[in-house]
Amino acid sequence: MRPVSYAVPASVDEALAAIADLPGAKFLGGGTNLVDLMREGIEAPDVLVDVTRLPLAEITETADGGLRIGSGVRNTDLAAHPLLRGRYPVVAQAVVMGASGQIRNMATVGGNLLQRTRCLYFYDQAAACNKRERGAGCDAAAGHNRMGAILGASEHCVAVHPSDLAVALVLLDAQVEVVSRSGTRTISVGDFHRLPGQTPDVDTTLAADELVTAVLLPPEPLALRSRYRKVRDRASYAFALVSVAAALEVRDDSVTQVRVALGGVAHKPWRATVLEEQLTGRSATDEEFERAARAELAQAVGGPDTEFKIGLAVRTITATLRRLRDEGGAA
Amino acid sequence: MREAGKGAGAEPREDDVPDLATLSGAGLVSGLRKGDAVTVQSRTTPAVSFTLNGAPIEVAVEAGVSLLDLLRERLDLTGTKKGCNQGACGVCTVLVDGRRVLGCLTLVAQLDAREVTTIEGVGTPEQPHDLQRAFIGADGFQCGYCTSGQICSALGMLRELADGVPSAVAEHVAAQPGSSELEMRERMSGNLCRCGAYNGIVDAIAAYADAAGGHR
Ligand SMILES: Cc1cc2nc3c(=O)[nH]c(=O)nc-3n(C[C@H](O)[C@H](O)[C@H](O)COP(=O)(O)OP(=O)(O)OC[C@H]3O[C@@H](n4cnc5c(N)ncnc54)[C@H](O)[C@@H]3O)c2cc1C
Ligand code: FES
Ligand code: FES
Repeated sequence: MRPVSYAVPASVDEALAAIADLPGAKFLGGGTNLVDLMREGIEAPDVLVDVTRLPLAEITETADGGLRIGSGVRNTDLAAHPLLRGRYPVVAQAVVMGASGQIRNMATVGGNLLQRTRCLYFYDQAAACNKRERGAGCDAAAGHNRMGAILGASEHCVAVHPSDLAVALVLLDAQVEVVSRSGTRTISVGDFHRLPGQTPDVDTTLAADELVTAVLLPPEPLALRSRYRKVRDRASYAFALVSVAAALEVRDDSVTQVRVALGGVAHKPWRATVLEEQLTGRSATDEEFERAARAELAQAVGGPDTEFKIGLAVRTITATLRRLRDEGGAA
Repeated sequence: MREAGKGAGAEPREDDVPDLATLSGAGLVSGLRKGDAVTVQSRTTPAVSFTLNGAPIEVAVEAGVSLLDLLRERLDLTGTKKGCNQGACGVCTVLVDGRRVLGCLTLVAQLDAREVTTIEGVGTPEQPHDLQRAFIGADGFQCGYCTSGQICSALGMLRELADGVPSAVAEHVAAQPGSSELEMRERMSGNLCRCGAYNGIVDAIAAYADAAGGHR
C-alpha cells in the first residue's frame, strides 16, 4: 500500500477544512471498503480524514416524526435501533442482509452509501474499466459478468451499486444531508447515486469536498408494511444478484399504495416507478403483481451472463409483494 | 464478491510521508489556522495508544498498517491469522471494545484509546477459555486455521445476540432474536472454514452458550 497520512479532525468544521485543503485527502469511515481499495491500488489517497470520532453517530427522532440517522452510525447499531426496526423494517432487514457481522460492526452509514462497485473488472487492474479510468474502455460489457447491470447501463459501464441499505432508503424517499464549507444541502437518495452515462467514474452527485452528515427518513406509515428480499449465490455473506425492497398497502383486495426498489440490477438503486404506476388501484393478485413486474423489467437489457436476472427480478418482486399481501401487516 | 487469491497487501514502503507541519509550511493548508487541532499522524508519529489483551500499548507505525499486520509482523502475536486480507473470510477476527471486527480492514491508526482483544487474550493453552474447551470437545476444527477467528467472532456474536441485534433470518426484524441453530449459522456466516468443520463449530458455540446459561 502507498504511504498515507491519517488525520483525526475534532469537529465537522475541521473535517471540512482538511478535505478542502489537504491534497489527496479522503474521508475514512469504518474503512471496510476504502482500506481494501487502497491495498488494491484502486484508491490512492494521501491523507485519511477519519470521521468516525465526530459527533455524527446518533439516531434521533425528528420533529415531524421521522428519523435522523447520523452518518457515523455503525451498520449494526442502525439495524438494532428499536425505532428503526419498528417503523422501517425494510431498512433493518436490508442492513442485516449485507456483508457479515464483523463488517457491519465496522461499516458506517456514510461509508455504506459511498462504497464502490464490486464489478470484478473494476478490481482487476489488468482489465479496462471506465470507472477506474475515464475513457479506458469497459471489458466487463463483453466479459464474464453475472453481477452486471440490466437496467440503466450505458455502453461505457455495466457495473452495479452494491449497497443493500441504499435500496431500502430509495424505497422510503430518504434524504442525504451533506455539508461543505459553502453550507448544508440535502439530496434525495434517489438522486444521490447516478446512472453511468458517459462518466461512470463518477458514482454519486456528492462533491469531493462534501461530508455526508446524516440520512433523514421521513415519517412513512407505509414503511410498517415493508420488506427486503435478497437473492444471492449463497445464503449469506454475498452481494445481491437481485434484491427487492417493497412496501404494500391493500384495501378491499386492491392495491392502494405500492413501492418497489431493486438492488443488484443497476448503477444505482432502481426505483420501479413503472410498476408502481401500473399496480396502484389494481387487484392485489399474483397475476397483477407479475404483470406490473414484467412491465418494469420491459426496459431491461440482459447479456449472455445477465439475462437470467430479468426473470429473477420479476419472480423476486412478485414473491415479495405476495408475502406482504399475505402478511397484511408489519414485517 | 471477490474471492481470496489475489496477492496479499505489500508492506508499506519506507518513503517519507509529509505530515501536516510540512504541508502547512508549503502553504497547502490555508483553511487550517495555526492552533487548529487537526492531528495528522505521519508514519513516524508515535501516537497510537490502546489496550491490547488487557495491557496498555503505544505503537508508532505507518498510517496504512493494518491491525492484523501489526499483530503478526511486529508484535509476534500470530494467533490471529491472515487469509484473504480483503474482508472476505473472517479468519482475522478480533474484538475491539468487545465488538468483533476484521483485523485486515482495521488500521492501527484507528485504534487510539480502544481495547483490543485477540485470541491470545481470550485464553491460554494452560487456561483455555470455556469456549475454547467447547471447540475441543465438539471437534470444532480440523486444521485449525480459522479457529481463532471463529472463537473471537463467536464471543462477539453472543454479545450481539444478548444485546438483541437482529439478523437476516428473523421472521420479524423488530422482534427480540432467538438463538436457534439457523440464527447461529447466519450470524457466523462471516467466518469461513475451508475444512468444513461447520457442524462442530455450531455445536461448540451452542454447548458453550448453554453452559454459560446464556442465550439459548
Ligand atoms: C466481504 C465483504 C462483503 C460485503 N457484502 C456487502 C453486502 O452484501 N451488501 C452491502 O451493502 N455491502 C456489503 N459490503 C460492503 C460494506 O457494506 C461497505 O464496505 C461498508 O458499508 C462501507 O462503510 P465504511 O464505513 O467501512 O466505509 P469506508 O470504507 O470507510 O469508506 C467508503 C467510502 O465512503 C467515503 N465516506 C465514508 N464516510 C463518509 C462521509 N461521512 N461523508 C463522505 N464520504 C464518506 C470514503 O471516503 C470512501 O470513499 C461488503 C464488504 C465486504 C468487505
Ligand atoms: S484476512 Fe480474510 S477477512 Fe481478514
Ligand atoms: S478448521 Fe481448517 S479452515 Fe476451519
